[in-house]
Amino acid sequence: MKENILIIGGGAAGMEAATQLHKMGLNPIIIEKSEALGGHIAQWDRLFPAFHPAKDVVDKMLDQVKGIDVRLNTEVVDIQRDNNGFHAVLSNNEKIDAQAVILATGFDVFKAERKQEYGYGIYNNVMTSVELEKFFRTGKDDRINHPKRIGFVHCVGARDVKVCNTYCSKVCCTTALKQACEIKEVFPDAEVYTFYMDLRMFGPGYEDLYLKTQKDFDVKCVRGRVCEVSEDMDGKLVIKAEDTLFGKPLKMTLDLLVLMCSMEKNKSIDAIQQKLGVANNSDGFMQNKDMYLGMNDTAQDGVFVAGACTAPKSLPDTIGEARSVATQVYNYLNR
Amino acid sequence: MIIEGKQKIWSDYQKDIPDDHYFYVRSCIRQAFWPGSEVTFLDITRNKLGKDFYENPYHTTCGGIAYHSDTIPQETAMTIIARQFALMHESGYENYVCSCITSFGCYTETLETWHEYPELEAKIRQYLWDSCKKEFAKPKYLAHASDLIYKFRFDIAKQMKFPLVNVKTGKPLKVVEHIGCHYSKMFPSKGFGGAEYPHVLVGMIEAWGGEVVDYPERRHCCGFGFRQYFVQANRGYSESNTYKKFESMEPYEPDLIITNCPGCPYFLDRWQYVIAEQTGKTYGKNGYGIPALTYEEVAGLVMGYDPWDLGLQMHQVAIEPLLEKMGIPYDPKKKYQGLNGKDLGQPQCPSCMKSV
Amino acid sequence: MDFGFCLSPSSHVKMDSVDLTTFNRLKETNPDINTCIACGSCTATCTAGHFTEMSFRRILLMLQRGKEDEAKKMIQRCMLCGKCTLVCPRGINIRKILLDITR
Repeated sequence: MKENILIIGGGAAGMEAATQLHKMGLNPIIIEKSEALGGHIAQWDRLFPAFHPAKDVVDKMLDQVKGIDVRLNTEVVDIQRDNNGFHAVLSNNEKIDAQAVILATGFDVFKAERKQEYGYGIYNNVMTSVELEKFFRTGKDDRINHPKRIGFVHCVGARDVKVCNTYCSKVCCTTALKQACEIKEVFPDAEVYTFYMDLRMFGPGYEDLYLKTQKDFDVKCVRGRVCEVSEDMDGKLVIKAEDTLFGKPLKMTLDLLVLMCSMEKNKSIDAIQQKLGVANNSDGFMQNKDMYLGMNDTAQDGVFVAGACTAPKSLPDTIGEARSVATQVYNYLNR
Repeated sequence: MIIEGKQKIWSDYQKDIPDDHYFYVRSCIRQAFWPGSEVTFLDITRNKLGKDFYENPYHTTCGGIAYHSDTIPQETAMTIIARQFALMHESGYENYVCSCITSFGCYTETLETWHEYPELEAKIRQYLWDSCKKEFAKPKYLAHASDLIYKFRFDIAKQMKFPLVNVKTGKPLKVVEHIGCHYSKMFPSKGFGGAEYPHVLVGMIEAWGGEVVDYPERRHCCGFGFRQYFVQANRGYSESNTYKKFESMEPYEPDLIITNCPGCPYFLDRWQYVIAEQTGKTYGKNGYGIPALTYEEVAGLVMGYDPWDLGLQMHQVAIEPLLEKMGIPYDPKKKYQGLNGKDLGQPQCPSCMKSV
Repeated sequence: MDFGFCLSPSSHVKMDSVDLTTFNRLKETNPDINTCIACGSCTATCTAGHFTEMSFRRILLMLQRGKEDEAKKMIQRCMLCGKCTLVCPRGINIRKILLDITR
């Protein structure tokens, strides 16, 4: 008899973990609360560092999960554990028994309106990185009307004690430079500025993207955090920042401002997480056993974690963790 | 501008304060700058709205000016504040309201500091006993006087005689609101509307028929900044901050500026004169300045108080064009008459900015 | 009597009115000019920089922040030794750019 593995979350981590477990002869069941698999990445247009279409990757992953048990529009509403394993109740009243649980619940995007000084939801031409990505995908956004000057603000909701997020969100720097190049492609005459505190180009090809951003796309990277956004009479945005490398405050008018929103823990899973006995770490994400050899394990035997539910992660990070969690689960079941 | 976004923030930053029975403390500098404002506040709350606002003649400065200009340590300022709280307690009140924004900032800072460091509160308790033989109780509620006018804005609107509307055009007056830094920049949750988009004055403007002007340098300090103005060598910074604000609001052609701080209306008013003398530039229409009034003065105007009883002749910027826009009758002859009808003499007219 | 009343000049860099003609002219022949990451190697190693304010990374910024006159003044400190070009991690041909700025 095949053993059930309950995977909560049908994003990149959940799909990839399911694929690997299925190949190992186990029976993964993906519980996805939305109407489709793919998670955040399915909402993305292209991926850094090489502008690879996200759809390519998502389609391949979707292809791999064909034949795997998936429940869409479904949430886990209750979960109990006894000597025989886990017993979950789903929102469709279905009951599922499983030998192991993988939490692959990913992240929430930081709500940009919490950084009130940036005026998201107040000034018309302030948008988020997620919305800009949607514009790249659909070509539609009322706020984007041949902008002549565009700014990107890094670290919105990250490295910021004022919103209680002291961590670095890892992917926003590279995403900002990717999006800066892309908007320059759409509007070649526009001046594009990014306002960063540190540019964290940590992965293979990322530094090349940085060089390309400067050299080929003529994007100006200004070291300094935007401190205040306001609107002038024409509805244009007036921003203040310091050019810290120049040592002077700087003021400029923009037609569009993009906020690079951080990742936050997906809180919709909190109740189930609590029932499973998995705590949060100091950044508010799920606490894994340790960050080196126990990154997929939790304090509870049989409860595993993968992807951005434990910390902000890039897609390659997440896929790597999804594959390793499959191995961990396999070993757990065959101990 | 998406007004719903601001409304969301305004609803998030509402504070719970009672609407009656307050121990009222004055501001040391407002009484000199705008002597009509505090009298008007007490008259509106007591006589027009029937509320209980008690004033104790033994209260003093909060020490904020000395504290902010580094001439007394924080413990001294706290002991002065503790004495004020003791007077409130002795008078049988639990709700404390102050007229000054910097006092409000000092009171808030003191209460928050005592909350974080109870040992400091105990030390101040001892200092107060040693120096005055008094014991204090912390207020149950702390409010700034503009919070109360905000809370009563619709009651005031019900008694309104002259809304913030241009009687000639029928259009709402364009009103700039300017919040004192110490109202909510240090403790955003203590101000109606928070720090970035405060609602305390916006609410009054809306309730009284005006149109709010949101201009790029709205959040910028007026430039009083104790250490800027008090130190002669720094006064240029003070003036330059005001200049920056006026340059930014100029294209919107505001009819009026409403403020809730002692220093802001003073500097937004007087620096207009200085800037006019230095550069020849005025920011109102036809060579006039833009009146910068206190919230009590504006409340008084809309409720039909006599402009000269409100003390509007104390402003450098002439108030008459605004009175005419709002259709408020006034007797030019009485502008420089004291309360007893005595002629106070006329100030010298500035060379650039029109004074009448 | 001097009350100290005066309008202090704003220290803000007003990006809306910066004249980028010189920088853009340089960029045409020296596309590398954009790739500075402000690491400071050029300044740290500069023969003149040890005794004056000479700093190539600042010169690049000055040209982009409306301080062209200051940049040209600073360039006069340069001794054209070429050490900055040797150490630059982005491979910017600094010596040539310095010569091009005043050309």
